[in-house]
Amino acid sequence: MNLLEVDAVTKRFGGLTAVSRFSLTVGAGDIVGLIGPNGAGKTTVFHLLSGFYAPSAGTIRFKGVSVVGAKPHAICRRGLARTFQIVQPFVNLSALDNVMVGAFNRTGDVKAARGRAIEVLDFVGLGARRDVLARELTLSDRKRLEMARGLATRPELLLLDEVMSGLNPTEIEEIIGLIRRIHAQGVSLLIIEHVMRAIMALSQRIVVLHHGEKIAEGRPADVARDPTVVEAYLGEEA
Amino acid sequence: MTAEVFAGLALGLLLVAPPFLPPYFLEILISVMLFGYLGAAWNILGGYAGQFSFGHAAYFGIGAYTSTLLFLRLGVSPWLGMLAGGALAAAFGLAAGYLSFRYGLRGPYFSLVTLAFAEMLRVIAVNTKAVGSSLGLVIPNREPTPVNFVFAGKLSYYYVILAMAVGAVWITRLVARSKLGYSLLAIRENEDAAEASGVDALGMKLRAMAISSFLTALGGTFYAQYFAYIDPTITFGPSVSIQGLLQAIVGGAGTVLGPVVGAFVLTPMSELSRAAIRGRAGVDVMLYGIVLILVISFLPRGIVGSLRRPRRGRRT
Repeated sequence: MNLLEVDAVTKRFGGLTAVSRFSLTVGAGDIVGLIGPNGAGKTTVFHLLSGFYAPSAGTIRFKGVSVVGAKPHAICRRGLARTFQIVQPFVNLSALDNVMVGAFNRTGDVKAARGRAIEVLDFVGLGARRDVLARELTLSDRKRLEMARGLATRPELLLLDEVMSGLNPTEIEEIIGLIRRIHAQGVSLLIIEHVMRAIMALSQRIVVLHHGEKIAEGRPADVARDPTVVEAYLGEEA
Repeated sequence: MTAEVFAGLALGLLLVAPPFLPPYFLEILISVMLFGYLGAAWNILGGYAGQFSFGHAAYFGIGAYTSTLLFLRLGVSPWLGMLAGGALAAAFGLAAGYLSFRYGLRGPYFSLVTLAFAEMLRVIAVNTKAVGSSLGLVIPNREPTPVNFVFAGKLSYYYVILAMAVGAVWITRLVARSKLGYSLLAIRENEDAAEASGVDALGMKLRAMAISSFLTALGGTFYAQYFAYIDPTITFGPSVSIQGLLQAIVGGAGTVLGPVVGAFVLTPMSELSRAAIRGRAGVDVMLYGIVLILVISFLPRGIVGSLRRPRRGRRT
């Protein structure tokens, strides 16, 4: 059984169809990349999967159970966590408290949540900054914090929305390493990313979205050569 | 740690000193405790969960009217009436909260709806003969009977409201150090991110609402017993709502001790300036307003919030 099964999902906003008959599967242990030009509907897909939007049509199943209509916190409880493209830390809370909020997804005990949060902060490399308020962290650290908060919820599938945007090449290398280590812990990943080098290196499979529709899917090397993909990114050949 | 030592010393003083205070100061201290208590009750919903209620008078009034009516009509001890009022207020709060939160009212929209609920109750009380309409209700002069929440002197009332204030602070501390407290802060900071991290925002906000409205109603009963008179404007009017939230905001919303600290600053200030500037009506209120503006401009996180953690973390 696949971890995530998305079948013919459509999302309309009034007259605008943001996502059209989109299908996707993510198996346990997969790293799947979701790419496409700006405005292709990638983040809308994440909002649909994590319960922030309800699909206009189609089905979404996580671990075999439909999550259509479930609230975001309930979906998180089932084991699907996400990060936000524009990082959304709890700015007036310390890094530790931020991650503890995620850890409470699996425990009601403060000590246990703190222990889990410290463990995750060390894992993402923020251990030394755990008492710093989130508002005082650099963008790179905020991206790590965002991932730590998601990880602390103990997800089986983690959706990462452009966790490398705005970072310099060194920081990108570090995040790639971090994503590999997250995967090695048994977490499946669905990644939206514009940094091609990173997404090509990380993904086992890539799905390309354009104008809300899936135009290609396959191994990174094949997708990169696909003429429809090249056209979507670069425009028609002269 | 130092904060706890300080709080312990202050509490010791509050327990020991009052019998030796002149009546006027004892009255001020009772006001301080009552407003600190109301601030602490508001703080759980307004300060921790960030849901700015402008209508906590609704719960205050429900508490005051429930215990008073039960006593006047059925002879039920106000101690029991207090709990009945609390339960009724919590039920009303849950209903009002569910309607507001379920339909996604956030920020100023939530504030306006809470204000409307309180005003609605005020208008109903004004127009209902059975609850005394606009004349209100008088608790007739009686022999001191502690079992009916009637004491001989102000000192006993003082110790009651002191115990209530300490209890409210203690409950706040329990909340702050629990999953509920962390969840509420996360909701205050960013509700979507909280939901995405597994926080049941609706459920948590309703819990905060239930605790906050229950506690506020107990304050209403205390008020009714202490002053032996209530009317719709005093209990359901906007000034009760504003008083509660002011203590919390000036002292530090979302901090355990903030509301009580705020009450210790605001209440004596308003009392003393009124006493000092007699004869020029309104000057004391202007002074009060100026201090509020200064506090909010220079200490936007309140007194306790500004003292705490200027920068605890190591920076790299």
